[in-house]
Amino acid sequence: MKNEEMNEGKMTVIVQTIAALLFPLALIFSFYVIMHGHLTPGGGFQGGAIGASAVVLLIVAYGVKHVEEKMSEGGFSVFESLGGLIFVVVAIFGLFLATSFLANFLVNEPIFGKIPGWGESPLNSGGILPILNIAVGMKVIGGLSAVVLILALISREGEEK
Amino acid sequence: MKKLAFIAFVVFFFFLFYSAYEIRDFGNPPSNVKETFPDAKYKVTMDDRIIGKYNTTTGEWEYGAVEETGANNVVTSVVFDYRGYDTLGEATVLFTAIAGIMLLFGREKK
Repeated sequence: MKNEEMNEGKMTVIVQTIAALLFPLALIFSFYVIMHGHLTPGGGFQGGAIGASAVVLLIVAYGVKHVEEKMSEGGFSVFESLGGLIFVVVAIFGLFLATSFLANFLVNEPIFGKIPGWGESPLNSGGILPILNIAVGMKVIGGLSAVVLILALISREGEEK
Repeated sequence: MKKLAFIAFVVFFFFLFYSAYEIRDFGNPPSNVKETFPDAKYKVTMDDRIIGKYNTTTGEWEYGAVEETGANNVVTSVVFDYRGYDTLGEATVLFTAIAGIMLLFGREKK
């Protein structure tokens, strides 16, 4: 029994249960780090790496065959390209609505435009910084997950041959 | 060697513990800033002294990172605003790496 499970690239039930419990928590922490990128240490890159590590946890615990049925590397790649597109489009909006490429045109506007005063940390501050953080987070989550998934699939297929 | 590692562990542990104990509250400036600059209008951080300009006549920080970008975290305002091109380049590096891996190892859909 145990050897069969190992051959399929899975781990034991204990590890699988813990991974299933930790996966949503890791995703929530990743979204927290991305959303608070303009308030606390962290940001798009760090939060995206946390989110990709959640996917890696699933791959390690359940085996790449099981994970591949639920999510595909093509979908992750599209997600990543979408993040890059949002980044560039927001940057070009700065060129047309304000002075230059990547200009922060949302400061002092009603949405995302609040300037924090003494000891305040409002979530709707920072201008375009939260949007760029979300875009970079999408990029890193999609990119790292796609790379890990496709490399795991390749090594799995090599073992089977 | 094991003893040395244990001593290093204890010293590092207490360093981290002390840092966590001394860290300021969420969103609060360092405690000594308000006494040094009592009339500062916005939250003044250490980075603001590099990026911002302290007006000695009015006693206010002008063109500070907090006022210009509206972000509490000045490091993020540098990474995404003042040096936004750099971040765009980093994102491009990531995109190129993943495009290369997909080209090398991508499989055709059955």
